[in-house]
Amino acid sequence: MSSSDARPLRRTALDAVHRSLGATMTDFAGWDMPLRYGSEREEHLAVRTKAGLFDLSHMGEITVTGPQAAAVLDHALVGNIASVALGRARYTMICRADGGILDDLIVYRTAETTYLVVANAANAQVVLDALTERAAGFDAEVRDDRDAYALIAIQGPASPAVLASLTDAGLDGLKYYAGLPGTVAGVPALIARTGYTGEDGFELFVAPEHAVRLWQALSEAGEDAGVVPCGLSCRDTLRLEAGMPLYGHELTTELTPFDAGLGRVVKFDKEGDFVGREALLAAAERAEKNPPRVLVGLVAEGRRVPRAGYPVVAGGEVIGEVTSGAPSPTLGKPIAMAYVDAAHAAPGTPGVGVDIRGSHEPYQVVALPFYKRQK
Amino acid sequence: MSNPQHLRYSKEHEWLSPADEDGVATVGITEFAANALGDVVYAQLPDVGSTVTAGETCGELESTKSVSDLYSPVTGEVTEINQDVVDDPSLVNSAPFEGGWLFKVRVAEEPVDLLTADEYAAQNEG
Repeated sequence: MSSSDARPLRRTALDAVHRSLGATMTDFAGWDMPLRYGSEREEHLAVRTKAGLFDLSHMGEITVTGPQAAAVLDHALVGNIASVALGRARYTMICRADGGILDDLIVYRTAETTYLVVANAANAQVVLDALTERAAGFDAEVRDDRDAYALIAIQGPASPAVLASLTDAGLDGLKYYAGLPGTVAGVPALIARTGYTGEDGFELFVAPEHAVRLWQALSEAGEDAGVVPCGLSCRDTLRLEAGMPLYGHELTTELTPFDAGLGRVVKFDKEGDFVGREALLAAAERAEKNPPRVLVGLVAEGRRVPRAGYPVVAGGEVIGEVTSGAPSPTLGKPIAMAYVDAAHAAPGTPGVGVDIRGSHEPYQVVALPFYKRQK
Repeated sequence: MSNPQHLRYSKEHEWLSPADEDGVATVGITEFAANALGDVVYAQLPDVGSTVTAGETCGELESTKSVSDLYSPVTGEVTEINQDVVDDPSLVNSAPFEGGWLFKVRVAEEPVDLLTADEYAAQNEG
């Protein structure tokens, strides 16, 4: 698990905490991140039934601010950012001129003319460069705030009660995909009701020097509720069960949002031109008339686990490819997301399998997500 | 973690017990390997009656993140597999040197290049 380049791994503000907890660390996009603290399966189940605490400080924060901040983002991204209300957030994407996905993003409107763009760690520099280039000529500043924030998430059904015990902020009024400034355990934070687990939960953006204090406060406040520290391994299985795409797996520059089944994030009716518009119009038409491969869920009938890159087969032919696969702690079976030819994409399509190192194992095609929480 | 002194170890992180009076030895993976794998969810073990060869793959272990080949540390005939591990692979994580053993082999050739507990520990320090 060594990095291909010689640069030392970056460490988050919580590094010493992870080591004192005995975490197994891993290189993730150049960051030394906790993979798991104990059993990733138990961490996963804790998030589904109680709550888990995550260090997500590797995520890339970029601030766009100024009179034309919304115009910059409407031009640079595929979504309608001008329509995001103050204190709300939006899931969106940034594409190349040819429509290929550069990254998927969450954009928070934190002030009247200020937006916080959160990019995947591996893509943060690409997104920063693209935003900077695309902001040329607009009256707005694009600022690299990667070092300005640590990001701690608390996810799971117990998270509202645990967080409420540490803040006076009005969490009841804080909807999914909303964020408000507040104070948590005496620490100033942007409190966002977002996550990547399929559970209710919060993401807390704080200054790095406050990260340890906030983590300790959340750990202590959550102790009785069964809150446990959680690593990136269970974050991956949680998002997979929730049917959420991961850049580099379900999303790549080779695909447009329409190819990924996420055409709904592209807003052609917004004001002004945006990067990728023409190519995306063509991609939308293509998807309508002649659907490309479709992203589906697969559930194993056996116990062997499909992995990214394994061929999906039917009748001896390759009809698709697995993008993510793992043993599902909730379902108790291996699951996968895969792009498959439209003819085999309907839930229940018979005869579909995955080529697992040479043997064709039967799989059931299902609609995504695999898991949806009870509200 | 401590590697039991009475076992011998392969570079691929399997352990081998001393053979009993019938010449049968037990094989498992080390705690170091189990920790590196993460939660084991599926163990494909060699068939009883088949022959395994030292240094060659004889099965696989699936964990959350990956699948890993299982190498036999010794050459011989498989006399028994651990059905408890087949039914509950997490035993490999919780008790790798005890209840999480994988299979038993009637040793045909005494292995020559296995490591002592201390040599194995030194390998993993590197």
